[in-house]
Amino acid sequence: MATDAPPPSKSQPHLPTTEEFVEVQESAEFGELRRAHRSFAFPLTVGFISWYLLYVLLSNYAGGFMGTKLFGNINVALVFGLAQFLTTFLIAWWYERHSSSKLDPKAHAIKTRMEGGE
Amino acid sequence: MSPAITQVQLAASEVQLAANEASEHRPLIISLFAAFVIATLFITVWAGRQTKDAADFYAGGRQFSAFQNGLAVSGDYMSAASFLGIAGAIALFGYDGFLYSIGFLVAWLVALLLVAEPLRNSGRYTMGDVLAYRMRQRPVRTAAGTSTIVVSIFYLLAQMAGAGVLVSLLLGITSDAGKILIVALVGVLMIVYVSIGGMKGTTWVQMVKAVLLIGGTILITFLVLLKFNFNISDLLGTAAENSGKGAAFLEPGLQYGATGTTKLDFISLGIALVLGTAGLPHILIRFYTVPNAKAARKSVNWAIGIIGGFYLMTIALGFGAAALISQKEITDSNPSGNTAAPLLALHLGGVDSAWGAILLAVISAVAFATILAVVAGLTLASSSSFAHDIYANVIKKGKATEKEEVRAARLATIGIGAVSILLGSLARDLNVAGLVALAFAVAASANLPTILYSLFWKRFTTQGALWSIYGGLIVAVGLVLFSPVVSGDPKAMFPDVDFAWFPLKNPGIISIPFGFLMGWLGTVLSKEEPDTGKYAELEVRSLTGTGAH
Repeated sequence: MATDAPPPSKSQPHLPTTEEFVEVQESAEFGELRRAHRSFAFPLTVGFISWYLLYVLLSNYAGGFMGTKLFGNINVALVFGLAQFLTTFLIAWWYERHSSSKLDPKAHAIKTRMEGGE
Repeated sequence: MSPAITQVQLAASEVQLAANEASEHRPLIISLFAAFVIATLFITVWAGRQTKDAADFYAGGRQFSAFQNGLAVSGDYMSAASFLGIAGAIALFGYDGFLYSIGFLVAWLVALLLVAEPLRNSGRYTMGDVLAYRMRQRPVRTAAGTSTIVVSIFYLLAQMAGAGVLVSLLLGITSDAGKILIVALVGVLMIVYVSIGGMKGTTWVQMVKAVLLIGGTILITFLVLLKFNFNISDLLGTAAENSGKGAAFLEPGLQYGATGTTKLDFISLGIALVLGTAGLPHILIRFYTVPNAKAARKSVNWAIGIIGGFYLMTIALGFGAAALISQKEITDSNPSGNTAAPLLALHLGGVDSAWGAILLAVISAVAFATILAVVAGLTLASSSSFAHDIYANVIKKGKATEKEEVRAARLATIGIGAVSILLGSLARDLNVAGLVALAFAVAASANLPTILYSLFWKRFTTQGALWSIYGGLIVAVGLVLFSPVVSGDPKAMFPDVDFAWFPLKNPGIISIPFGFLMGWLGTVLSKEEPDTGKYAELEVRSLTGTGAH
């Protein structure tokens, strides 16, 4: 499924029944996909939100520390702020790598099988 | 004399000053505005001809590439509040203005990791599609539609206010009637874009706008840095000195550090910004314009890169304005600093030179394009939700034809346009970044908890969904109503009256946890059993894309 794949056709693919969905949901294969997503996304979300809140709290209550000049007029506050940009870019890149190697193939396999309609 | 009257008179006389400065450049500015309007109307008519069914109108036919959508997402997100508001806030408050942009950017990770792909996989046209997926349709759709429209109207209000201030200033319009006329003109244009061009037209307008905004920002950033020989430390030092506030200008605290209350307000703002993005309906519906979830994910990645780069440049714009223009000139032009960026362009080119006039006109046109594209996106989100969630699924109980649905969406566009013209002319002198922050708080309190519970919590029930949407919505809007944003403050919407008992300008710190709490409480207290079959469908679908439209 490349991004430049042809647009989805207007005709519906085979839509599995609710029973089939329940069966897949309980399967080990789907459990693995769910774990691969959650175990990556949930802790990372907690992580970047804490990191951001740390920044907010330091800005509020540690003015002296944040105002420390590092070089020229560049102080800790500015570097800390730019670090938030950097970590955001890095996390986005990391998730993309994780998704395309760990999530996409599993998801694609399940989707193809279910829509094939056995 | 009441303080309000004094303020209005002051503002009027000061705008006059700036207007004289700008008035000789008026023909150039107007021609650039007109060029943008004509080009986008052309796109709109072209897109309108290709809009045949509901998927075209709501989702642009789902045929945009990840990069195109990433550009359009950026165009939808980088509002006048970002461009004018953040640059202005940095110009006046230094470092504290920069704090906004960090929250606005980090927020994208929530959308990326938890929302974009599942939403694309399990919904069709609106946020309500996902929220109502496994719930009783009518009540949840009504709630989702209500919250979509409220969030979008809050956001629209901010943009319309910005349009009134900016365009009036640039065209030298000082009368109240003239400003209201400008707001009305923006409103009419957005109605035309959305009702004729649908999602396809709106997406193209946003892409064009994103390119113009990024181009204009790169140009001004380059000129600012050139002035300081690319020595950022020198730029910051000059800004600090010229601001008259010294080193404090480069440290947190000028805007939010005054008292314990303002510090708490800052935390509240910070939480609302970081959690709001993934609950903004006009952003969420953009994920439906690409063929699949992978493309939705990649479009968020593009957006993070583009938006991040843009916010980094606003640092140069804001500090550049502070370094090159006196604080008095910035506040004289607009008390909230919203015109710092166009003023900076004028100063960079030379106040009395043709080059200065051209730069001012270019940046003004970019800001105008920005406002138009964002209001179009917001109008589309609310009219889609009205037509698809409320009209088709609640009023017509799912029996409306596609034609009827699209017609309802077009009519809703006109209604929402009219309401926002009315409200937009009421709120002209507020800092637009501040108003947008309120929209983020409402989105984070009402929408985000419900989206996350729906996608990831098996037990979540209809009652939980309703409690979290309405609970978050009512508390967020209610607290704003009784906050210094609305009354009891010289900068409030109604400065003459005082019914503010909630001390914070941003309600997020209370309303967001409340929204999450209500979703949980509504669920554990409900008598209904969750629909496990439907949840199986939603969960498998959201992670794999099985059966996605």
